[in-house]
Amino acid sequence: MGLVTATAARDTSSNPFAQIRGYGALVRSGFRRYATYRQATVAGAATNTVFGFLRCYVMLAVAAGAGGVAAGYRGDQLATYVWFGQGLLAVVLLWGWSDLADRIRTGEVATDLLRPIHPVALYLATDLGRAGYATLFRLLPPVLVGLLVFDFYLPGRPGTWPLFALATLLAVVICFACRFLVNATAYWLLDIRGVTVAWALGSSVLGGLYFPLRFLPAPVAAALYLGTPFPSIIQIPLDVLVERDPAPVQVGLVGVQAVWAAVLLGACQVVQRRAERRLVIQGG
Amino acid sequence: MSTVIEMQGLRKEFTVRVRAGRLRRAKRTVAAVDGVDLAVPRGELLGYIGPNGAGKSTTLKMLTGILTPTAGTVRVCGLVPVPQRTRLARRIGVVFGQRSLLWWDLPLRDSFDLLRHIYRVPAAGHAARLRRCRSLLELDGLLDTPVRQLSLGQRMRGEITAALLHGPEVLFLDEPTIGLDVVSKQAVRGFLAELGAAGETTVVLTTHDLNDIEKLCRRLVVIDNGRVVHDGSLAQLHQRYGSTRQVVVDLDEPPAEPVTVPGARLVSTGSDGRRLTYALAGAEAGELVARLAGAGALRDLTVLEPAIEDVVTRLYTDR
Repeated sequence: MGLVTATAARDTSSNPFAQIRGYGALVRSGFRRYATYRQATVAGAATNTVFGFLRCYVMLAVAAGAGGVAAGYRGDQLATYVWFGQGLLAVVLLWGWSDLADRIRTGEVATDLLRPIHPVALYLATDLGRAGYATLFRLLPPVLVGLLVFDFYLPGRPGTWPLFALATLLAVVICFACRFLVNATAYWLLDIRGVTVAWALGSSVLGGLYFPLRFLPAPVAAALYLGTPFPSIIQIPLDVLVERDPAPVQVGLVGVQAVWAAVLLGACQVVQRRAERRLVIQGG
Repeated sequence: MSTVIEMQGLRKEFTVRVRAGRLRRAKRTVAAVDGVDLAVPRGELLGYIGPNGAGKSTTLKMLTGILTPTAGTVRVCGLVPVPQRTRLARRIGVVFGQRSLLWWDLPLRDSFDLLRHIYRVPAAGHAARLRRCRSLLELDGLLDTPVRQLSLGQRMRGEITAALLHGPEVLFLDEPTIGLDVVSKQAVRGFLAELGAAGETTVVLTTHDLNDIEKLCRRLVVIDNGRVVHDGSLAQLHQRYGSTRQVVVDLDEPPAEPVTVPGARLVSTGSDGRRLTYALAGAEAGELVARLAGAGALRDLTVLEPAIEDVVTRLYTDR
């Protein structure tokens, strides 16, 4: 009886097209996995919209109090900043991702290591799919609501939209890498609640979610932009979108993001390699 | 026949910290696997058994490249598992009874499709293997159900399919029948038996269900405290631990004189003298039965096979 046999052709492994198709399938699977949870999507989008109103009114009050322009942002720019920010925080998935840490704690991570793909690439591809889903169903709804109710600033330069798309993609990669590193501490700590709290606080305050970092003194803001990855996650894509700075500075900010993305992905690789070397699979 | 799996002096130590006072903790090193030598030829169906904590799963993790050995060498399909893990992953299939390789939120069909892309398997071969698994493991009704909604038995059938879709040379099964009902166990065993009979896939099976071993494995490796304590066939294991087949006969009348056959030992005689139990240690059952039939009218006859549980219990407790 000829059953399942060991005669698969294996020479496709070095074919770059097959590799890209493999990652493409992972990205699609990430999209589909999140598409399963529709009620969560609706609840999340609704929450972000409600908080959008709160934050937007606060920001408009700040701008009005400062005589129309606060730290270089006009009122309509701040409205755009707030509403896109409310969507962006779901696209980059700032909070609430502990898949890897949970899998390390239960030992399920062993199965990730049995796949013929580097674990960082495996998680990144899935996360890009998730971000794609979030762009459609978590970014657009609050932005549309905000657009109906408030006076929005829409980009005037032709290059701004593609640059914003690139900045958002880099922000997803950077945020993913940060979350991966936070989760990977579970290899050593097992319980990562403390690290998660520090990350949630750092990323939202220093990332520009609660207020634009330009409200801070210029040297402090510059130190944050260059010395930490946080502004690259929320602040930079939004600064690009509302054209806070002249075009060359816009491009330069995206360059800063690219450097952070490369550095952090490299760090993920190093940490993953170290972790594998000392790995103990929990629970037999 | 070529060797697919080779282990020499394989050893894995874990450091355990134990309390040694109010604040102090002492370090203790425990060897989970303690010098295992083993060679598995292509196409073999190997049973790898041992009591809890014997080192079975640890061995399997070192063979699949997710755990680094402390000492010794190991090669699977000619590759060194840990440094060449992703290459090895394309050539082996793994089923963990207690963990899932499927995607929790996706239907089985999507999981299988995703695996085809991840393993970069040509579509035709993938489809052919999936067809076979679908019919043999009766998956047709389950393909559109998300994995999280499958029962354990259904999920396990999906896991085995997932592990085979890329046509692995070696299949590692870590307690694939754990927690399954009788029907699901039969389905899984029947499938593995056919896989073993085809002789192209090497299968390493760890289990606590000795019926799995009895029905599937020609070769049995017993490990205890990290060391191999038996490597051979099931028959050899019985022989070594003195377990024998027994013949129980009921006669119309007690025999006039004791019936003796070389290699058969009279173990007990019933109170009325008409029920005799013999242990076979070398003699053929037929020869004994013929002699008994000659000695008086034979009313009933039972041949009892030795129970594998008894042998293994003895093996585990005689440490």
